[in-house]
Amino acid sequence: MDKALIPEGLKRCPLPIFALWVLILVGVVGWGVVAGGAVLLKALNLTGLNDYFGFGAYITADLAIIALGAGAFFSGFLYYGLSRFIPALKELGKIINLAVIVGFVCYTGALAVLLLEIGQPLRGWFGYWHANVHSMLTEVIFCISCYAIVLVIEYVPIVLENRKLNEVKGLRVFGHSLHDVMAIFALTGTFLSFFHQGSLGGVAGVLFARPFAYRTGLFIWPWTFFLFILSAIASGPAFTAIICRMLEKVSNKKLVDRSVYDLIGKIEGILLGGYMVLKIADTAYWAFVLSPRFGLSLFDYYWGPYGIWLLIAEIGICGVLPAVILLSPRGRSSNFLLFGAFLLDIIGVSINRFVMTIQAIAAPVMPFDKWQIYVPTMYEVAPIVAMLAYCVLIISLSYRYLPLFPREKELNRA
Amino acid sequence: MSEKGHAQSGVRFGMVIDLDKCSGCGACSVACQAENNISFRPDESEKLRSITWMEIYQLTNGKDYPDFRQAFLPRPCMHCDSPHHSPCTFVCPVNATTRDENNGIVTHIYPRCIGCRYCMVACPYHARDFNWWDPSWPKPMESMLSPEVSTRMRGVVEKCTFCHHRMLKARSKAYVDGSDPNKATYTTACADACPTKAITFGNLQDEKSEVAKLSKDPRAFRILAKLQTEPKVYYLSKQDWIKKLSDNALK
Repeated sequence: MDKALIPEGLKRCPLPIFALWVLILVGVVGWGVVAGGAVLLKALNLTGLNDYFGFGAYITADLAIIALGAGAFFSGFLYYGLSRFIPALKELGKIINLAVIVGFVCYTGALAVLLLEIGQPLRGWFGYWHANVHSMLTEVIFCISCYAIVLVIEYVPIVLENRKLNEVKGLRVFGHSLHDVMAIFALTGTFLSFFHQGSLGGVAGVLFARPFAYRTGLFIWPWTFFLFILSAIASGPAFTAIICRMLEKVSNKKLVDRSVYDLIGKIEGILLGGYMVLKIADTAYWAFVLSPRFGLSLFDYYWGPYGIWLLIAEIGICGVLPAVILLSPRGRSSNFLLFGAFLLDIIGVSINRFVMTIQAIAAPVMPFDKWQIYVPTMYEVAPIVAMLAYCVLIISLSYRYLPLFPREKELNRA
Repeated sequence: MSEKGHAQSGVRFGMVIDLDKCSGCGACSVACQAENNISFRPDESEKLRSITWMEIYQLTNGKDYPDFRQAFLPRPCMHCDSPHHSPCTFVCPVNATTRDENNGIVTHIYPRCIGCRYCMVACPYHARDFNWWDPSWPKPMESMLSPEVSTRMRGVVEKCTFCHHRMLKARSKAYVDGSDPNKATYTTACADACPTKAITFGNLQDEKSEVAKLSKDPRAFRILAKLQTEPKVYYLSKQDWIKKLSDNALK
């Protein structure tokens, strides 16, 4: 049965090895489900959260994983939307299926963790029923759920390409019909995800009584709205590329042409470079213009574990450095530098999400307040690790049983 | 429309706390706890998880004896009057916390709160507390809870309401007495309980009221005034080191 499900002409590892791998992943997911279940039953007192740290690891992980899942919408936008004007972007078609799956697992995983984050999970639907149009979180709730639906719709035709499912005429026709209209969903997803990534940035940026997070902006949108969009598209495709590379290493096969990585490197280099210019400008304005208005200086925001090293790591080591590497043809031609830059890029965006969530509230605002340190508990770590295991599990199953890479057969013929 | 950019009536309840009179006895905090059915746990040593609507901060001037000075700063919710929205109200995704523009009180609808804690993150005064556990009271106390204030369930945020239920009572009484409910005044449990009369409560818009007069006292200041949250809680002190601790800009 297993062999009958594997795409024709492609080789996959023996079933016992794969079964063991799946078993390990299911075990990790189970660990997280038990921990998450305990949080739902016994409440958030099991976590490291408190009245000082209203937001913690759950939100940080969600923001980071959603930013990294941006490869789905942005690759879709480039491939389905812009490639008819810029033919070079057609190259992304070789990795688009993986990008969609990465986006799908990131968003659905984030939604599951988001459920744990609220104190009254059974009232989660109030976000739709009692929506406050002024709240950035309302925008997040609407866009994340709509885009998750779009991602499910985008994932379905990939699943229907499975060898056995494809033999069923009705499913084949349905799958092909979905393929035909996929451009519409890809562009809808792009629209939703742009707003979604932006509103996640807005969540921090609108906090006008929190000088660390607060930013001025354009109309109702603080600058963080735009910076979050830009940082997500500057790191999402890099994350997809790294996953693809990991799949290549684990399966010992070539899955996409080197030119695909080179193109992603070039795109990410331009976006990350642009993002860095704007991020540095934003940071300078925040540090030297905005904060002094509140009587604060840049160094008031950094202390102990939340030191200035975070700013240096985010902007210097994981921002400017990978941007320079990716913008240089020599940097992109070396696998070590290219994938190293991708890795730094995704670490940088993750640090940004951590800083804008946890450090933003760790920094005291009242002069007689004291710094506090947030330490997550196992009840926060386990569901997050389980979410990552869930992502790996779906990607593993998809890689084994679905024809994700159109060039895989050709590239591994020898 | 007021000069602050939002619709506003002639009533704006506010508070003035004289820090030079405050002895830090905690009576205000205890009165608040009893008045508003605030739950507590057998072990309240974990202060970042205990629910205290009226928190009392101990301030020191950072100097050694004999120059050492200390003061106590009771901190209720500031019921911020910033233009259009308070920092906490506009972020709530489900409209669970709103500012009543008829009186300026920032309220919280507990059965609507989803417990996302975004309002807590938005508040720079840490005036909001989360119910990390099911509310509980030692055995005989459950029968002594006030029927005028709803208890809060696990997983929702709560905060000082300026004893909102007392305002409703005062309005009802005014209606029954045939006077204008909009002119009804009342006082909060903390102000009632303060043995040194350090807390004054009333309508800041009524120029004849004690609270309005005190808010314009040369000793008056507000915490984090630079953030433009427009708190409706004023503090009084003639000691410069205390005033300097009120705002980062004055450090």
